[in-house]
Amino acid sequence: MDNSLLLQLITGSIIGLGAGYVGSFMVLRRMSLVGDALSHVALPGIALALLFNLNPFFGAFVALFFAIFGIWILEKKTELPSETLVGVFFTSSLALGLLLTPEPELLEALFGDITQITKLDLAITFIAVTTIFLIMRKISNNLMLSIISKELAQALKIPVNKINFIFLFLVAVVVVLGLKIVGTLLMGALVIIPAAAAKNASVNLSQYTRLAILFGALSAVGGLLLARYSGITPGPTIVLTAGVIFLGTLVFKK
Amino acid sequence: MDSNVLLQVKNLNIKFNSNQIIKDLNLSVNQGDVLAIVGPNGAGKSVLFRALLGLIPYSGKIEWTENLKISYVPQKFAIDRELPLSSKEFLSFKKKGEKEIIDVLLSVGIGAEHKNDPAHRLRHITDHVLKQRLGWLSGGQLQRVLIAWALLDNPDVLLFDEPTSGIDVGGEETIYGMLKKLHSERNLTMLLISHDLNIVYKYANNVLCLNKEMICYGSPATALDSSALIKLYGSETGFYRHENHHH
Repeated sequence: MDNSLLLQLITGSIIGLGAGYVGSFMVLRRMSLVGDALSHVALPGIALALLFNLNPFFGAFVALFFAIFGIWILEKKTELPSETLVGVFFTSSLALGLLLTPEPELLEALFGDITQITKLDLAITFIAVTTIFLIMRKISNNLMLSIISKELAQALKIPVNKINFIFLFLVAVVVVLGLKIVGTLLMGALVIIPAAAAKNASVNLSQYTRLAILFGALSAVGGLLLARYSGITPGPTIVLTAGVIFLGTLVFKK
Repeated sequence: MDSNVLLQVKNLNIKFNSNQIIKDLNLSVNQGDVLAIVGPNGAGKSVLFRALLGLIPYSGKIEWTENLKISYVPQKFAIDRELPLSSKEFLSFKKKGEKEIIDVLLSVGIGAEHKNDPAHRLRHITDHVLKQRLGWLSGGQLQRVLIAWALLDNPDVLLFDEPTSGIDVGGEETIYGMLKKLHSERNLTMLLISHDLNIVYKYANNVLCLNKEMICYGSPATALDSSALIKLYGSETGFYRHENHHH
């Protein structure tokens, strides 16, 4: 195994861990479609950053931040997942991004380019995902409670809106981390599919989150290896691996 | 405040936008009271609870005695059958040990059908309730687990918002029997929203009829006279039909 493959596998699996963890609560909050489409918003951000000669990941993060802020406001106002609005807005932003992104960078932005991963990327990914884990551990009980019943959570003086914002912020962070390996088109899927698969196979919360984390990492590793030995771009193979895991868990559906 | 009074509500007004939900409500609750709140759909009963819990803005005064522990069993509680959360994990959110959880489940009558065989009952609780997905519990079991959840904090006051459906009538009766027992064992003050006037007559010592404003207030036998019922439900026959429906 060469060094660059090892670097890709380690970075990829760490991102998979984070995506699985955050994704498990996206699925519980019935935000599968939102999560899937969320990563599209990164594209116009990347495009604008490229146009203004800024770091494209900074652009992606700013765009995603506005997107999750929008979702947060909508949730606060309506208490319902505003699927239609989010669907329209997120796919339109993909269209806008497609128009704005300069052609040479377009393919990389859409599908990611893992060959460009550096040790610095690994370090950033490691620190970010560790932080995501620490924060998720702290907020997950309250997050779960607010999913079951917002009233019950509020009656216990849990700051529901604040926790929701922190959570959505973590989603944006994990999506940005995944852009390099999976790309804007499919990163949302890496957040959602491992969690959806884990939900099929688990009875309780700790089992569910652990499986989602594991499936996230497995999807990344399996997809990267598949991509390496078949010469395909890794983004699609990672998401397809996750899809196969999902099909496999249907057998164990409880 | 009188030392026996736990809650005083004065001139309570609640508006959503320009919609008046509750108008000029006055009421007081004493230590050990069982106050039933009745009224038609949309009368503001659940809204009143949310105001009492401080979850929504209001004008007027809501004064609880200091340092009271207030627990709440909400009405809306639809749990997805697929939700990966066990009853044990749910109850553990309150950071209590397994023994306390089992004790409180026993006191809300979980597994009462095995009450002659304590070992069997304990196995039933650990294997069929605690390890189970919360969404797989029957309506009656879920209601009891929710009450157990509320009781884990050893509250002084319990606010119970009865679900309009989900519990069969037989089950409803025993839930109230259980609440009555808790009331006397733990000296629990209770505020109940109920849809069934029979329950009110049987278990409450005070009743508040609410239809945006107070229609009647007092002991059920005197307060729930025919003029109050007509004002509350539109017609007296409406009530009798309601009662017949349950027999």
